[in-house]
Amino acid sequence: MKLWEIAHSRTGDKGNISNISLIAYDEKDYKLLAEKVTPERVKEHFKGIVKGEVVRYELPQLKAMNFVMYDALGGGVTRSLSVDMHGKGLSSYLLNMDI
Amino acid sequence: MKTIRIGSGAGYAGDRLEPALELIEKGNIQYISFECLAERTIAIGQQAKLKDPTKGYNGLLEHRMTKAIPLAAKKGVKIITNMGSANPEAAAKVCVDIAKKAGLDGLKIACVLGDDLLPQIDKFMDTEVWETKRPLKELDGEIVSANAYMGVEGIIKALEGGADIVITGRVSDPAIFMAPLIYEFGWAMDDWDKLGKGTNIGHLLECGAQVTGGYYAEPTKKDVPGVGHVGFPIIEVNEAGEYFVTKVPEAGGMVTVDTCTEQMIYEIHDPSKYLTPDVVADFSKVTFTQIEKDKVKVEGATGHPKTDTFKCSVGYKDCFIGDGEISYGGPGCVARGKLALDIVKERLELVAPNAFDELKFDIIGCNSIYWNPDFKYNEPSEVRVRVAGRAKTKAVADLVANEVEALYTNGPAGGCGAVKRTREIVSVASILVDRNLVTPTVKFFEV
Repeated sequence: MKLWEIAHSRTGDKGNISNISLIAYDEKDYKLLAEKVTPERVKEHFKGIVKGEVVRYELPQLKAMNFVMYDALGGGVTRSLSVDMHGKGLSSYLLNMDI
Repeated sequence: MKTIRIGSGAGYAGDRLEPALELIEKGNIQYISFECLAERTIAIGQQAKLKDPTKGYNGLLEHRMTKAIPLAAKKGVKIITNMGSANPEAAAKVCVDIAKKAGLDGLKIACVLGDDLLPQIDKFMDTEVWETKRPLKELDGEIVSANAYMGVEGIIKALEGGADIVITGRVSDPAIFMAPLIYEFGWAMDDWDKLGKGTNIGHLLECGAQVTGGYYAEPTKKDVPGVGHVGFPIIEVNEAGEYFVTKVPEAGGMVTVDTCTEQMIYEIHDPSKYLTPDVVADFSKVTFTQIEKDKVKVEGATGHPKTDTFKCSVGYKDCFIGDGEISYGGPGCVARGKLALDIVKERLELVAPNAFDELKFDIIGCNSIYWNPDFKYNEPSEVRVRVAGRAKTKAVADLVANEVEALYTNGPAGGCGAVKRTREIVSVASILVDRNLVTPTVKFFEV
């Protein structure tokens, strides 16, 4: 199953740091997300893209998590060579993760 | 109980105007705030101001205000905006002219100054830059702007002085929404929980439609009704500090627990420490409750004492980025695309060895947004090849796009639709400055 089936997501940017929310549609799936979508797993998923560490913050009352990914935007929004300088599309790629 | 309804008039510099006008007209609001200033926009504005001292404000100021000012005056709605960018005073004068032309009188327009630290930039040359961990003086490129993120203070002064329209340069995004609440309800500037709530309100509003169903739709999973005419948000706040996110009933979009959740987590790091000039806001215990259709109650935001420093964004002439694109279609298009990339790589090594800081080779349709080397993609029916390169000079950056375009006659079969461009990049470096070195001042103009 892909994360896309049970969760939604939005990406934000600050300099060279990307943050991605992961929000369960259904409260009952939050536990599964918390168990499966570890910072290590996210770092591996974004191999080649995210060069720094990945930190996870949990917001269980919102059935949500926030992944903060350092050194993740090709040097920063202004100087990134990516088509997607802000990394806004990274949220959809997170939802492509198989769990 | 006293209640204030505040609307969001824009979520970014180029945002749509119609939903803002709809809010002024039908939103039963007392304030509308337009957030239009991204991190490096002000650096670009500063360059425009150097060329022409009457410019340097948001390019859509006239377009927006020509319609918004007369309507807001009619409905008794006050306007607050950071559209002043690098030149809030010039922007205020533009608003004065617009108001006069519209035949209005009795309006007070204020600009908030003091964020521009370029005249005293020499004081900060030994200050460490966040991004590089090196002193500012070692920054590789000419400094063109330096603006501190100020808090609510200047905007409150403007409102206390009777301003109907307040134009700022760099202030924190939430400040343009929180300032009128502090002014209206008389919240103390050290009531950290109230300021945490005000910051949460600002954060939910500052991206316009992103909390009302914009940037949200996922067909079949997250359908948004009427997203084509999505409305901008309103937050209704009462004296007790209770607040509700909502929208104009006839506007498209929706306000749900999930639209609010997506927006609250947008662009925050540690939810318990959201740093602003006015407070360290804590969103970690926030809850959302749907109390009726398109109306969500927000609870649980708190705050902690503010820090001693302001963040200051320093804009500098960083580099040039050149990029070129060309398409390949039909059977074998991915193989031809990969060959095209290999050809450009070889030619750039030949014509400009080691001249690029970095190069990126993409096959759009396969790996341009997601370039994890392990990512498995399917063969699409067409691809777009893209090469981008960063260099210190324009002449070198130009080579990238030229080599992509030259694939027409010198590359694989069937290349089509080539485009090329080179951009000068003004980047932003962040430093922390002592808040005592930044003093907001307010100038008033009367119509």
